[in-house]
Amino acid sequence: MSISDLLYLIPIMLVAGTSVVVMLVTAFFPYHALVNRLTLLGLVLAMASLGRIDVTEAVQITPLIIIDSFAYFFTGLLLAAGIVITLLSEGYFRQNRDEPFLAGEYYILLTVAILGGLVLVSSNHFASFFIGLELLGVSLYVLVAYLGHAHSGRQNSLEAGIKYLILSGVASALLLFGIALIYAQFGTLEFTELGVAWSRVEVLNDPFVAIGLALILAGISFKLSLVPFHMWTPDVYEGSPAPSTAFVATVSKGAIFALLLRFFVTTGVFEHAVVFYALSGVAILSMLGGNLLALLQSNIKRVLAYSSIAHIGYLMVAFLAGHSNGVSSAEVAESVSFYLVAYFISTLGALGVVIVRSQMQAERDLDQVEDYRGLFWTNPLLATVMTAMLLSLAGIPLTVGFVGKFYVFMVGVQGFQWLLLAALMLGSAIGLYYYLRIIVVIFARPDGPPLAGEEVTIEVSLRDSLVLAGLGIMLLWLGVFPQSLIEIIRSAGLG
Amino acid sequence: MIIVVLIGLLFGGGVLAWAADRFKLADPRWVSIASLAIGLIMLLAFSLYQDAVIVIDGQQWLASVQASWIPRFGISALLAMDGLSLLMVLLTLFLGIVAVLSSWNETKHSKGFFQFNLMWVLAGVVGVFTALDLFLFFVFWEVMLIPMYFIIAIWGHEKRRYAAIKFFIFTQASGLLLLLSMVVLVYFHYQAEGFISFNYFDLLGTELPSGMGLWVMLGFFVAFVVKLPGFPVHTWLPDAHTQAPTAGSVILAGVLLKTGAYGLIRFAVPLFPEESALFAPTAMLLGVIGIIYTAAMAFAQTDVKRLIAYTSVSHMGFVLLGVYAGNATAMRGAIMTMLAHGMTSAALFAFAGAIQQRIHSRDMREMGGFWSSAPRMGAIVMFFSVAALGMPGLANFVGEFLVLLGAFQADAWLTAVAALGLILAPVYSLIVIQRIFHGKPLVERPIADFSHREVVMMGMMMLVTIWLGVYPQAALDLATQNLASLMAWVEVGAESAVLPDLAMTAGGGQ
Repeated sequence: MSISDLLYLIPIMLVAGTSVVVMLVTAFFPYHALVNRLTLLGLVLAMASLGRIDVTEAVQITPLIIIDSFAYFFTGLLLAAGIVITLLSEGYFRQNRDEPFLAGEYYILLTVAILGGLVLVSSNHFASFFIGLELLGVSLYVLVAYLGHAHSGRQNSLEAGIKYLILSGVASALLLFGIALIYAQFGTLEFTELGVAWSRVEVLNDPFVAIGLALILAGISFKLSLVPFHMWTPDVYEGSPAPSTAFVATVSKGAIFALLLRFFVTTGVFEHAVVFYALSGVAILSMLGGNLLALLQSNIKRVLAYSSIAHIGYLMVAFLAGHSNGVSSAEVAESVSFYLVAYFISTLGALGVVIVRSQMQAERDLDQVEDYRGLFWTNPLLATVMTAMLLSLAGIPLTVGFVGKFYVFMVGVQGFQWLLLAALMLGSAIGLYYYLRIIVVIFARPDGPPLAGEEVTIEVSLRDSLVLAGLGIMLLWLGVFPQSLIEIIRSAGLG
Repeated sequence: MIIVVLIGLLFGGGVLAWAADRFKLADPRWVSIASLAIGLIMLLAFSLYQDAVIVIDGQQWLASVQASWIPRFGISALLAMDGLSLLMVLLTLFLGIVAVLSSWNETKHSKGFFQFNLMWVLAGVVGVFTALDLFLFFVFWEVMLIPMYFIIAIWGHEKRRYAAIKFFIFTQASGLLLLLSMVVLVYFHYQAEGFISFNYFDLLGTELPSGMGLWVMLGFFVAFVVKLPGFPVHTWLPDAHTQAPTAGSVILAGVLLKTGAYGLIRFAVPLFPEESALFAPTAMLLGVIGIIYTAAMAFAQTDVKRLIAYTSVSHMGFVLLGVYAGNATAMRGAIMTMLAHGMTSAALFAFAGAIQQRIHSRDMREMGGFWSSAPRMGAIVMFFSVAALGMPGLANFVGEFLVLLGAFQADAWLTAVAALGLILAPVYSLIVIQRIFHGKPLVERPIADFSHREVVMMGMMMLVTIWLGVYPQAALDLATQNLASLMAWVEVGAESAVLPDLAMTAGGGQ
């Protein structure tokens, strides 16, 4: 590693630096607005630095980190999501001057978690993969349980945190054991070298390799909340403070999926039919299970939790299409990247509406579907944004979600994955129902005047409105004119 | 260019109507009517004075415009209009005005938003009738559904949520099937030609591997038949119609159903000639079952809107029969039936809405003897009922007669059964008149007769119905413009149908 290599690590170092600075500032100047803006500044700087660094050639920095355009694309995506979440968190964690300052750790952990995500998207080595995963995971335990502390005492936040801690811990252990088994057999943790070792057909007959790979896939499936490893998802989504939910749904899953993509493309492990069929089964179960279970929910966060399970399932379709010879890994990466962008925008927007309507001090977030009854008639902007986001998640044309789904269709057809496509269609059709149910409630005409005290009105600040409106415009713009994003993604191709 | 202006006018008109209401500048209803009227006049002027014909790929088009959109997938914004599209767009604009008039006083709240949705449905429909890029077509196809969903879900009647969701899921799920089929078609075109394109003219004549073709064609067929709607996927329609506000029902019956038929004529059949020829007998059978079954269902209804909804399905059975009969006569008949049904069903739904506004019920058991208090209404409804049952001299007769004439050449027995529909139609049409207008008055208070607004609205539709019935040639000429290429499947299908015979003779000779 040379000094010039450090240049390529600037975004990662900026984010790491931000967490340190925020920690120090929090200790001496405990003002929420200041901490929030510092975090924002750090993330924006990191984002800006991306544009100044040329990554047309991939740069391997130590065996652990690879910086290429793919890594930078996802770094940008994760940072953008982090910026949006930080912007929206301001209102959520706002508190009076005379109260004890509570939200400092939140921003420290947020930046550390983003740092974990950045390491994940630029790792091509099991060691850095695990470091990134744990940076992300350990921060998330606290982010999820953040409102379980004595001052606000939301029981379900604590419960969600513990649940996530235990289950995620088990998953990490499985993953680690799987990595150890693989290492025992091949003596390397490097993806490219593993790819060479894996290219032999009979390699999976070796029990060490087979079990190791199965454990790794189980661990990753848990983190991505694919059925049947999804049990934690709805509870964690529901119990977390809304900004943490948005973080789990986007940054955490996006980073891991990006890593999965790199892992599979570099090692070519899903050329093996067994792996392909196992993952296909998981994808089909996720698409159908996620959508079916979402039907039963009356809490928006839980609906979005199950819908995210289904969406990761849809992503797997594009991903698995790469198994067939007709689809190149570049095409897979292109469609997955586009779909992830669409998923980020829609999920952030939908949860963003929940965030700006909720408050840390309140007993609970405004996340029941019923809390949104007649929202259109009281706050048209929030209602329109929410509707657009839900339509995008449902994959209706003119939204970016539709283009994402279209991409999956294109790649799926190219790879002749009829069974997966059938499950995708069935899942989407079921999914319509619960998205529409929320939209119906949003547009329901309130009957009669509201009861006294029932009106929960939280003023939506200009900043929140602008952020949400921006997401909404982006959703429509990329839905109508996706070409610009497609070109960016194609230039950041993988493989 | 006129197409872009037209679609822009409708989208813009919708936004203007909303804004006008929000800022209390003008009555949103007049904004809608104004933009629709401008569009209609523009289009009429265009169709009268435009005689230059654009030839694309051997087909004649009146107007076309193309712009690059998503080059990554060979998607362009290709809009074009031929005689068939022109007729459908004229129908759309005309019924748009009727729809606004028919629910003049119906929406109690958020009138601006209502007009906005209405205009956007119409804009989407115009897009569907003119888009010739499959992707663009699909976008319009879906875009027209969302405002329609809102119209039913917000301003509908008592079971509106159920009806709206059912409507949306039926059409959307079949839409996904359509999208998948399109992508498969495009993919095989890409395999054969080496470039991705969603352009209609590029995709015409794409050879699909045997076995695959039938499935892809079925994807198109199902999506369009759900919208048509044809038996057995018509079940969303009675609910949606019954629960929709009057304007919604008028648009649904008059215009939205025609998009399904249009899709069959323009896309499903010409893109898959051989498969269509193979499938035609089944499609015709479905059409005939639809005609008879839903006619019987209509007779059993007590809800007047539900009854009219079932008659719609029955009439659309004739369209399905005509499209797949495989000759120009039947096809012309199908197009004529689409126009005629647009008029009569819109008028009948407007009438049902008017009744509901007066007595707050759609139950025919609570009606009776209205003729004495509302003679104008009685006479007008009598006119449209008689038109719907196929009285010679009115538009529906021309359409159904041509369909039967053409279909008889294709399959005499099926046609004979379908003709029974002409007996059932008077039964259900006249029962409406009998139950609602004759007998002892059940409502204490006399009901208000049609107002001037309603008479004007109905009068417009009566004129068109009579004109189409007495002088159908003008419309038929327009519809015939590209008929040869739309009907090319018959010959292609005939060729491929002959091949096995030849093979057999050859085999026998050895």
